[in-house]
Amino acid sequence: MSQAEGQQHPLKIYLWIWLLLFVLSTFSYLVDYFHLHGMLRWSLIIIFMLLKAGFIVAIFMHMAWERLALKFAILIPPLCLLILIGFMAIEGDYTFLTRGTAFLR
Amino acid sequence: MAHDAEVAALPPLRQVTEDFASDKQAFSVPWGKAMMWIFLLSDTFIFTCFLTSYMNVRLSTLVPWPNPSEVFSLNIGGQDIPLILIAIMTFVLITSSGTMALAVNYGYRRNRRYTVLLMVATAALGATFVSMQAFEWTKLILEGVRPWGNPWGAPQFGSAFFMITGFHGLHVSAGVIYLLTVARRVHNGFYEKRGSYETVEIAGLYWHFVDLVWVFIFAFFYLW
Repeated sequence: MSQAEGQQHPLKIYLWIWLLLFVLSTFSYLVDYFHLHGMLRWSLIIIFMLLKAGFIVAIFMHMAWERLALKFAILIPPLCLLILIGFMAIEGDYTFLTRGTAFLR
Repeated sequence: MAHDAEVAALPPLRQVTEDFASDKQAFSVPWGKAMMWIFLLSDTFIFTCFLTSYMNVRLSTLVPWPNPSEVFSLNIGGQDIPLILIAIMTFVLITSSGTMALAVNYGYRRNRRYTVLLMVATAALGATFVSMQAFEWTKLILEGVRPWGNPWGAPQFGSAFFMITGFHGLHVSAGVIYLLTVARRVHNGFYEKRGSYETVEIAGLYWHFVDLVWVFIFAFFYLW
């Protein structure tokens, strides 16, 4: 897709994605505004966040039109961060329990 | 790149093997763009480390975490509106992302006037964002938030807040300077002479990434 002229796409795509990002941001703000709680709140936050992030990377950053080699090189390495996040979540829970038994009675 | 065009005609997975194994440049993009992507990849790791350590301290504290919805509320017209400043900052940054995307587009269309105008608008919105962040920091510091404590709960709140938003604000500030530098070169015809506007797209990648990081900070720090 990378000719001498680089990434050229119709303006319409950008304007639609722009509008969509506004709408999604408004939705995620409304999650807080209406004081949603628990699983509903967390899942809505995550869904809106991932949608926004996906559209920014795919359309604004043109990742959707790049070759698969670049997509793989950039998008696969961050997946190992999931392991870090998982480990640190376990660790945080453990610290919480240890502190609970050591400092509270 | 005759060979490159041949590879582009292959099915996607064959493209990957050909791109990586054919004794040629692996990524069929300008080197500056590949390097910017790799820089952004490393930056992803840095910001994830910050957000993960924030998750870790928030999970492990015995003291309740301050409620961001109340901490970041603003009193407008005698009414406390939750998170309103942060919501406005989010919209400012998204608007700037949109103007940047259009700037890249007009760059490739060789419309220098629009490219410069849109890039300057992007930088102005970025500067607005940083000013609002400065206002927010001032407000919190005056209310007694410190990296080691705050009036509402878990002391780690302050350190996580200053570290994460500070590092992000630094990225925005650097981005404003970067955009203005590139915009100046668009204006004085530097890229016109070189015959390529890919630098505008590369600057755009950086700017969209700053917006992208904010999406995650907004979700995990402010809304969670």
